[in-house]
Amino acid sequence: MIERVVDFFGDERYASQRRRLFYLVLVLVVIADFLVPREHAEYLWDRLPGWSAVYGFGSCVLLIFVSKFLGHQGGIMRREDYYD
Amino acid sequence: MTDFVHPTLLFILGALPIPFLRGPIGKAYLLLIPTLAIVVVLTMQPGNYGAAQIIGQEILVAKVDKLSIVFATVFTIMALIGMVYALHLTHAGQHVAAFIYVGSALGVVFAGDYLTLFLFWEGMAFASAYLVFAQGGRKAVAAGFRYLMVHITGGVVLLGGIILHGVATGLLLFGPIEGEMGAAAYLILAGFTLNAAVPPLNAWLTDAYPEATVTGAVFMSAFTTKTAVYVLARAFPGTELLVWLGAVMALYGVIYAVLENDCRRLLAYHIVSQVGYMVAGIGIGTEMAVNGAASHAFAHILYKSLLFMGAGAVIYVTGRRKLTELGGLYRTMPLTVALYMVGAFAISAFPFFSGFVTKSMVVAAAGQDHRALVVLALTMASSGTFLHTGLKLPYYMFFGSDQKLEAREPPRNMLVAMGMAAVLCIAIGVFPQPLYALLPYPVDFQPYTGVHITESLGLLMFTALGFVLFLKSLDPENTISIDTDWFYRKGAKYFMWLAEKPLARYEKAVSNVSETAVLPFLHGAARTGLRIDIAGVDAVVNGVARSILGGGGALRRLQTGVVTHYVLAMIVGLIAAIVVFAVAWR
Repeated sequence: MIERVVDFFGDERYASQRRRLFYLVLVLVVIADFLVPREHAEYLWDRLPGWSAVYGFGSCVLLIFVSKFLGHQGGIMRREDYYD
Repeated sequence: MTDFVHPTLLFILGALPIPFLRGPIGKAYLLLIPTLAIVVVLTMQPGNYGAAQIIGQEILVAKVDKLSIVFATVFTIMALIGMVYALHLTHAGQHVAAFIYVGSALGVVFAGDYLTLFLFWEGMAFASAYLVFAQGGRKAVAAGFRYLMVHITGGVVLLGGIILHGVATGLLLFGPIEGEMGAAAYLILAGFTLNAAVPPLNAWLTDAYPEATVTGAVFMSAFTTKTAVYVLARAFPGTELLVWLGAVMALYGVIYAVLENDCRRLLAYHIVSQVGYMVAGIGIGTEMAVNGAASHAFAHILYKSLLFMGAGAVIYVTGRRKLTELGGLYRTMPLTVALYMVGAFAISAFPFFSGFVTKSMVVAAAGQDHRALVVLALTMASSGTFLHTGLKLPYYMFFGSDQKLEAREPPRNMLVAMGMAAVLCIAIGVFPQPLYALLPYPVDFQPYTGVHITESLGLLMFTALGFVLFLKSLDPENTISIDTDWFYRKGAKYFMWLAEKPLARYEKAVSNVSETAVLPFLHGAARTGLRIDIAGVDAVVNGVARSILGGGGALRRLQTGVVTHYVLAMIVGLIAAIVVFAVAWR
């Protein structure tokens, strides 16, 4: 069973099925976020359905590009023999 | 004392027979001690044990309360899992080091005074350094030395703080530091935050852990930073500085993880990130926040060790550690993939995994305390956590481009250990109540609300969307990243240059002066001294020596080498002793 599940996520054969499943999950998550009851909202964003999706995506993109910028332009990434 | 067995004793005395036990008995023994320790901790009663006075100071070897029990429980469970994972090792050295390491960590957790704490604090540093040295090779030994140097320096800072604190208050009992933060408090805080790997004092962790042995790194990922979290929670709850350090830490680790190519170094940066949540929770200091920090430490030890075990299994099987050289292992190591992913879901706080019920408690506590920025920073770090440990690392390690590596599943004991950790990660996520009951304060927190579930899933799944869309930008690169260890790795080279060039020249100039001016005077003084020596001192010494030689000759004549003579002499001596006792003594 475990092998088949792992295989589903690895094998090229299932690539299109994987993609469809993934987009389906994304849509379902956003719909659920709109339907779910929100009683006490502490902050402005707590009242916005779909906020966490936007924030998650934004954070992910920001982290990737800020880090890579710091790594390449900021001089953090060095050749492997830097300390030798 | 009979109603309390200190688990440290179990581990440290228990380490002694390890080198002499072989085969199945040895293995059973390695598992028996941690199992006993779990039982001991679970049956422990809160209270103070082992109070004493040493050099006028009050010593309290064990102070048992709810906070120490939470940490001790997970430490002993982790010791068992770690031993199962390391069971195939035949060299006793690493087992002994691991036992002393765990024992010392438990010693810190129960320490009721600063001297006991410091003793075990140093014990942890040395025992864990062995786990790096044991890897062998130039890189590991160098990293081990750096690790040891940093921890010894941190230990000295801590000791300085302890002494100042002791002088100021007259007490060395370990507890919350009250009143104004003075020099003593800051030194102690610095010593603690170094072990918690709070930037800029974090580089020792990410430098050394990836160089440790496959099994050693699993132990290291669990104990050092989490004992530091414990002592911070004990001494500095509600310290504002820690809130900000924690929030920065959570993001710092995530940013570095983007750049990292070494699989275990990437995970090490996520220790920094995750400990950031705990440090922030302690800084917030409300009951809920401290509960959150303690429970997150509990969950973290289990899922982080699981991740380290997964990466360790890959290194054990393939001998490779760089993401640029790995890929396509899912065909040959499906069980490892599945078990690793449980850890990845747990660290990313997916619903029904342990991180979901613990990490969110810290974030919710920050929200209740009206700290919007902290909430946003920690939530962003959550996204980064899933991006790296849940997506990037498994993608490039197990999936990605197939490197056609020859691989198989790791030895069964490794899989069993990973299975144990995985079961706990899920169990805590599904049934958080037993963990909540262990926490230092009553828990009034419900993780499973509709909003919390959909928000978490939204955050995580759209992070995954970002990953899918920008996959190419994430491709690992053959580089290393400069961290604050630059200061002592490159800085040391500049220091050596300074020592060799200008300082050496200065030293030579000074020695020239001494050769021309001071030496003749010294020679004269030495000659006079020699004369006194020969005439006076030697004569006395020779006289004494001659008489000893004479006495020795007489003694030699007495030594016949015949046993009966000796026995006779002993009996005579015994009788003489009895006579002396009977007549003279009374």
